[in-house]
Amino acid sequence: MTDTQTLIEPKQKVYFDLTTSPHLHSKWSTSKVMWFVVAALIPSIIAAITFFGWMQIFIIITAVVFAVGTEAAIQSIRKKKVTWFDGSAALTGLLLALTLPPNFSLSATAIGSVVAIGLGKQIFGGLGYNIFNPALVGRAFLQAAFPVQITTWVKPNFAVDSVTSATPLAAFKFDKIFTDTVPMAIGNVGGSLGETSAIAVLVGGILLIAVGIVNWRIPLSMIIGMFLFGGLFWFINPQNPSPVFHIFAGSFLFGAMFMATDWVTSPITNKGMWIFGLGISLVLVVIRIYGGLPEGVMYSILFMNGFVPLINRYTKPTIFGVVKEEKK
Amino acid sequence: MSSKTFHGGVHPKEYKELTEHLAFEIFPQPQQIVLPLSQHLGKEAKTLVKKGDDVKAGQMVAQAEGFVSAPVHSSVAGKVMSVGKEQTSSGFPKDSIIIKRNGTIESESLTNEFRLSTLNPEQISPDEIRERVALAGIVGQGGAAFPTSVKLSPPKDKVIDVVILNGCECEPYLTRDYRFMMERPDDLISGLKLIMKALGVKRGVIGIENNKPEAIELLTNKIKYEHGLEVVSLKTKYPQGAEKMLIKAVTGKEVPPGKLPMDVGAVIQNIGTAIAIHDAIVKGEVLITAALTVSGKGIKNPKNLIVPVGTTIQTVIDYCGGVTDDSVKIVVGGPMMGTAQFDLHAPVMKATSGILVLTKDEVAENPETPCLRCGQCVGACPLNLMPTKLARYSQLNRFDDAEGAGITVCMECGTCSYTCPANIPLVQWIRLGKQKVLQMQKERTAK
Ligand code: SF4
Ligand code: SF4
Repeated sequence: MTDTQTLIEPKQKVYFDLTTSPHLHSKWSTSKVMWFVVAALIPSIIAAITFFGWMQIFIIITAVVFAVGTEAAIQSIRKKKVTWFDGSAALTGLLLALTLPPNFSLSATAIGSVVAIGLGKQIFGGLGYNIFNPALVGRAFLQAAFPVQITTWVKPNFAVDSVTSATPLAAFKFDKIFTDTVPMAIGNVGGSLGETSAIAVLVGGILLIAVGIVNWRIPLSMIIGMFLFGGLFWFINPQNPSPVFHIFAGSFLFGAMFMATDWVTSPITNKGMWIFGLGISLVLVVIRIYGGLPEGVMYSILFMNGFVPLINRYTKPTIFGVVKEEKK
Repeated sequence: MSSKTFHGGVHPKEYKELTEHLAFEIFPQPQQIVLPLSQHLGKEAKTLVKKGDDVKAGQMVAQAEGFVSAPVHSSVAGKVMSVGKEQTSSGFPKDSIIIKRNGTIESESLTNEFRLSTLNPEQISPDEIRERVALAGIVGQGGAAFPTSVKLSPPKDKVIDVVILNGCECEPYLTRDYRFMMERPDDLISGLKLIMKALGVKRGVIGIENNKPEAIELLTNKIKYEHGLEVVSLKTKYPQGAEKMLIKAVTGKEVPPGKLPMDVGAVIQNIGTAIAIHDAIVKGEVLITAALTVSGKGIKNPKNLIVPVGTTIQTVIDYCGGVTDDSVKIVVGGPMMGTAQFDLHAPVMKATSGILVLTKDEVAENPETPCLRCGQCVGACPLNLMPTKLARYSQLNRFDDAEGAGITVCMECGTCSYTCPANIPLVQWIRLGKQKVLQMQKERTAK
């Protein structure tokens, strides 16, 4: 012992927290982010109940309960830590519910949730490892298993006379009838629970962009893509829907704000996000115009999900200072 | 006011309000000081004293060893108690000289018995400036503590066209550069001109983040009639004060990986360094004090202080009223790049910029989850790296891939860890991988 130590009084507090820098951290955590997204979906939930009746709440509850339950069950079978409250499974359930048609069968909803979490997420190793958006995997399964029920629409409350229970996209596809943009924006048209009101979706989406959870590049590139590709088809043949109709119809905006922007299944590079968003819109326009189904947001997002690892690889940002060096 | 900046970065809460309005206080001379022989990057200084020797305040007690080194001076008058390994704030023990002060008067003011001659800044030659800066033991007042005389002696083939004074102070909490700008603007400008003279440069820029409008205004007025000097307002964003980021914002040029600022014609100096250079030449003072901010919610009385080098952290904390019960962490340096302390006997060194006592609420550690592939770290990395990948490669021991992905370019600024919602200690992993890769590279060249 040197003389130093004897000179300093021993009444010292001992500090055990020696974690290395940085010592500050943003206030976000995985579960806070998940619950925040859930909160951003509240306007859409309210819109769903307003236009399709309070019964819809049961679809939402069923989807959430089964999603969380499935996750917990699989985690405990695998002897992993059960993450009841991280919000991730609850969010998947909620997102799935909002893609379903009003008055959808509760038992089918439950199956959808089980598939979404089981096949969409846990089979890949759980949170962070899945390739495809779990909610859309669940929804795609239901589409295949219950093709009739899932396209059975109800006439919304407060519907204007001209509106039928058919969704604007189905009306266009099968009857060549175009719905006005205004009711599509408000939501008093036929459609899935969450996609019906564009305004409600935008309120939540813009909130997420503002706090930085949603990277604006994805929704913006999807919209730009829609103007480019939708516009092209419209220009060639005005019988085709206009870009504006494309954007407000179906689940385009819901997909752009809440589905394509799912962190795990979208690119991590800024450039990649542009490619991803543009790609979704291109695939979507083709499906909507040439495909057998009226709607294609779900498939186009799932399709592009599959390319994300590739996109990430080829859009690696250039390291600071490197380009300049080569130019010399 | 338009403000320049770089791509990426984050906006941590600043906490500057704790100390920004507080003028520097001169710290009373401590009973005893601990002087590590290596307070700078480069070779450890060689001790000139032995146990039992009497030293004066300002006396050189260890001399520079070779070109990239710096001498150490005693900040008190007293007796050498020992020369041996002591704990430092870097986390590692280093060879140090312990000096016990003569007399016991608490508030004996800082004296500098061993003054050097004063020099006329108008007539001094570049070589004289370098010589004096080396003699005064001046080192960069930023994190790395690079000997300043070396920075003022660029190789002949490098053309330097701008000197940038780093007034960003982008680390949260720290306010000492701000206080220097507010309290000693003329000395700072004098220091800048001396740096320019030493380098033969005509353009001098003071870069200040726009969260310090008073400093921008004050200095802009001061240099109004000065030829070649300008004040540039920079966006408040971490890490605006990193050398590469600052050069990019001011000149638009990017320093390539593995290169130095002087490769793009820029030299960066800290505010504190410019002041120290002014003091060394105009007042004949050697560097025996450190200007630092003591802050954080865990310290009773936050302060900006001029502390004798060698004062222990514990002494400084006691002077500031001690810690609160909910304090959990003590950091030397800024909160983004500083080092957590376990032994408060470690001394304040020449380049120490802050001592922070943080509470649980401030460190806010959230549980770690798997990577969500959100891309936040990728978008925020100012050097355009992919932190999530680099960390992953380190975890998997894939050091070749890590090297290919540019892990050695990382400056460990902490931006990625700060922003990660999954709370993955990215920098920790990257640091580990970087060390491994650098070691690999060394072995390769050795072959
Ligand atoms: S610590 Fe390294 S990887 Fe992380 S943001 Fe800073 S430079 Fe990029
Ligand atoms: S910020 Fe964290 S969670 Fe997001 S991609 Fe980077 S490492 Fe993964």
